[in-house]
Amino acid sequence: MTTTTPELTVPPAARVPAGTKAHTALTNRWASFAAVVIAVLWTIPTAGLLISSFRPQADVQGNGWWNFFTNPHVTLDNYRAVLHGSDTDLATYFVNSIAITIPSVIIPISLATMAAYAFAWMKFPGRSVLFVAVFAMQIVPIQVTMIPLLTLYVNPPFGLPQLAGGDAPGGGFYTIWLSHSIFALPLAIYLLHNFMKEIPAELIEAARVDGAGHVRIFSRIMLPLMMPAIAAFGIFQFLWVWNDLLVALVFGGGSLDVSPLTVRLAELSGTRGQDWHLLAAGAFVSLVVPLIVFLAGQRYFVRGLLSGSVKG
Amino acid sequence: MRRINTRRSLSALALVATAGFVLAACGGGGNGSSSAGGKSPGEGKPECAQLTKYGNLTGKKVHVYTSIVAPEDQSQKDSYKVFTTCTGATVQYEGSKEFEAQLVVRVKSGNAPDIAYVPQPGLLATLVKQTGKVAEAPKDVSDNVDKWFGKDWKAYGTVDGKFYAAPLGANVKSFVWYSPKMFAKNGWTVPQTWDEMMQLTDKIAATGIKPWCAGISSGDATGWPLTDWLEDTILRDAGADFYNQWVAHDVPFNDPKVAEALDRDGAILKNPKYVNGGYGDVKSIATTTFQDGGLPILKGQCAMHRQASFYAANWPKGTDVSENGDAFAFYLPVTNQDNGKPVLGGGEFVTAFNKRPEVQAFQTYLSSDTWANEKAKDTPGGGWVSANKGLDPNNLVSPIDKLSAETLQDPNAVFRFDGSDQMPGEVGSGSFWKEMTAWIATGESTKDALDKIEASWPKS
Amino acid sequence: MSTGEKLVQMGIAVALFVAVVGLMLFLADRVKSRRGEVLQTTAFVLPAVLMIGFGLLYPMLRTVYESFRNAGSTAFVGTDNYHHIFTDHDQLVVLRNTAFWVIVTPIAATVIGLVYAVLVDRAKFEKFAKALIFLPMSLSLVGASLIWKFVYDYKATENDQIGLANQILKWLGFDTYRFLLTEPWNTFFLIVIMIWVQAGFAMTVLSASIKSIPDDIVEAARLDGVSGMRMFRFITVPMIRPSLIVVLTTISITTLKVFDIVRTATGGNFGTSVLAYEFYVQSFRSFNTGLGAALAVLLFLLVTPIVVYNIRQMRKLEAR
Repeated sequence: MTTTTPELTVPPAARVPAGTKAHTALTNRWASFAAVVIAVLWTIPTAGLLISSFRPQADVQGNGWWNFFTNPHVTLDNYRAVLHGSDTDLATYFVNSIAITIPSVIIPISLATMAAYAFAWMKFPGRSVLFVAVFAMQIVPIQVTMIPLLTLYVNPPFGLPQLAGGDAPGGGFYTIWLSHSIFALPLAIYLLHNFMKEIPAELIEAARVDGAGHVRIFSRIMLPLMMPAIAAFGIFQFLWVWNDLLVALVFGGGSLDVSPLTVRLAELSGTRGQDWHLLAAGAFVSLVVPLIVFLAGQRYFVRGLLSGSVKG
Repeated sequence: MRRINTRRSLSALALVATAGFVLAACGGGGNGSSSAGGKSPGEGKPECAQLTKYGNLTGKKVHVYTSIVAPEDQSQKDSYKVFTTCTGATVQYEGSKEFEAQLVVRVKSGNAPDIAYVPQPGLLATLVKQTGKVAEAPKDVSDNVDKWFGKDWKAYGTVDGKFYAAPLGANVKSFVWYSPKMFAKNGWTVPQTWDEMMQLTDKIAATGIKPWCAGISSGDATGWPLTDWLEDTILRDAGADFYNQWVAHDVPFNDPKVAEALDRDGAILKNPKYVNGGYGDVKSIATTTFQDGGLPILKGQCAMHRQASFYAANWPKGTDVSENGDAFAFYLPVTNQDNGKPVLGGGEFVTAFNKRPEVQAFQTYLSSDTWANEKAKDTPGGGWVSANKGLDPNNLVSPIDKLSAETLQDPNAVFRFDGSDQMPGEVGSGSFWKEMTAWIATGESTKDALDKIEASWPKS
Repeated sequence: MSTGEKLVQMGIAVALFVAVVGLMLFLADRVKSRRGEVLQTTAFVLPAVLMIGFGLLYPMLRTVYESFRNAGSTAFVGTDNYHHIFTDHDQLVVLRNTAFWVIVTPIAATVIGLVYAVLVDRAKFEKFAKALIFLPMSLSLVGASLIWKFVYDYKATENDQIGLANQILKWLGFDTYRFLLTEPWNTFFLIVIMIWVQAGFAMTVLSASIKSIPDDIVEAARLDGVSGMRMFRFITVPMIRPSLIVVLTTISITTLKVFDIVRTATGGNFGTSVLAYEFYVQSFRSFNTGLGAALAVLLFLLVTPIVVYNIRQMRKLEAR
């Protein structure tokens, strides 16, 4: 490891089996207290929203959500309005969101992992400059790309088939996938490159000496080691795409067939925002999936993938 | 991904796309109204009389893009059934609350919808001038508008002498919401003149209730309700002709008459004894959302709230909105009898980006009295009116819609469209909102606010 | 399209993508010469670079071009747009606020995320505890804007409160406070929202990084008697330093671009506007393409210090 402080390296014999080191920073009372304070501060606003989602309209608009505890009125009307308030089935929006999100996560992560590997471990001219250029592209707001990119999709150069417009292929999905992938790449490459760099060079060099090519090193050594980082970014990309409204609105090219859940959420409050009390229920209906993904994704945050290998 | 795009599997789909494009290109007609040929499905039906000449449009689609979303969109969709029966064409309806920004993006990118309902004449002008992609209205539509709408309304859909867009729905902004029950209980009566209104205000204030409540917070449009206040008082104090000059910037924005009108508003809105019932002092107007602005009326914490007819949708479900109910509106009284009965309002305009027969047929349908009455019947919950003179007020369900329609059709009424919606974007949806907000929030003086807006007017 | 068709479309797209990339890598791997290296490099880098080139670089260059043109982008106006920005006195407030946002948000979010990640690491309810901090990230914007209405909403003291913050003040016997109206603190109350959202990002990335610290190093330190604060300071932080830089950088850039919070909470009024919001308003409210583009270019330029810092950090790492 590049940042190891040498005086702390001790012989392997001194290593303790992982199971016995249960005692943690949390044993410190102040530390526990701090963790609980942060958790509570972070959760209260959301809890208020959750409670509001079960309160009747007049209550939500009339007094604070904490009045629920002294004066509980529970209603499922808000959820009913979210689930059945539109002439398009909510399930359709869910399916669209899933169909949009999965490729929009897999594609950029795969390409970014590859590119990050190349920037970290392959030698080619202009590598640093190109990497910095890619990284700096994070600053470009999506709003800036809307008109030029959509124009490219509608009137593509080099005689490529039209990707957006009234009768676009795939009903607009392709442009949404492509756009999400593009927008994810700079951050993904930057993030994954950083994790790649932390993998000890000796590991790669040893494999190269053994005659392994880049493709093999990438797939056999890097990918397993990168799982926590890939999972971390995957979770975020999933979330951003799931919660995205703008990309779907612009690059879906006006095709109603592909509208994700956020399109429905955005119109919940009505044309003039009069039904804003429904937004709370909408937010929680939409929250379920990302939360499951987050909890499931943590499985990949495994400890000590590198331990043992560093010793070599 | 680029590899995937060029894959064969997609080529087939691309072919379909191209075919659709070619078809679309074939349909584009000249300036007059075009026909698809064939026998119209609506032949012989009286409500289809205007539409049969477009021929058989079965299988054709019209993509409509609007800012009207659920649940208000249902009555729109229902009202298109007659069109489908008459022509065979179907309407693909898309509503979005990001409509205004997205429409411009789509049009500039060459991905315009067939028709958009543009709620501001200013945006229509921007679209015509910046993109050049707006299609002129066909003669049928122009004739319909001449027949059913006032000259003013036609002018709002006209840019540089060319008529583009027919009016669709309308709303009345010159309303003051109040609680008839509360008024009856306290023996208050609806004021007929501005002076009476101010006397009533003092009377209410003396009881300890703050007479007025208001809210101008509205995300990136914060401040707009105040532009309506100012426009209403300009119409009343200085008259409709002056108003036109002011909107067109033929007189400076900070003309003394404008300052006078704004001070008249300030006498209410900046008087801590009069505002802001249920919320707090003057400044609380700036952080109260426009949706919440009038709600304290129901709790008896405030008596009057000046807001447009569409505020009807903001009363919680179960509120009785009628002449003797929990909430209703009266016409914002005049200050000067010489200026007639000015009515400030807004509405949408049917803007086409295409001249295909089915698009023109739909434009024709929407501009007819047939549609206006059809829409009224299809809006059982209320919340919609039109300035279409062919609209029979008896088809409207809710009392407030009837009041709005009567106000619009009143022969003495002088209708004027919301000025901020007609001004250049830098002012109408920029400095005007911003300075009106500062006028309330930081106590900026009338002079400073108006001077700053005048300075922001684009030069050219 | 039916549900089935959509999912099939999705399946085809993913399968095609995997097949193409797999085939590309497989073929590149087969060539075992000097040319093979070049081919492999190309296969690894080119797809991503091409997509970024078309999707981000090209629009960015167009924006630079448009920043020298007028509102409708129909004529060249030289540096008028830039001139306008720098002579408008309101823009000074905007730049000041942008600076506040970019300095406070990344530091606060990273510190909170890091502390929390360390505190709950290996704790019993780690997954659940992390999910709590992560929650704000996974809420859609419409939900988040409503959440903060329920916190900052203002009504005079004698009225029923909807905002929790003012209710707490009222419970404590204070007068209610105009959180969104009072300059300059309102900007900080808006920044709190961004910190609330971004701490989850910092926490997740840093937690993954903490977990990749080899056990032997931690144990070795422990045997040397290092624990608690000293462990945090001398082992954890140095070991995850590169990730800390990544998190700080990413949050800074995100913060530079964010305008939704300002847009929904204050609409840029009461002296809370930031550069990204001004860009949004000019481009999509006032439809002044030229001025909007110039503001975007300013945004591009502001990222330079962050890029330079990263390059220097990279150099340092390479040198070791």
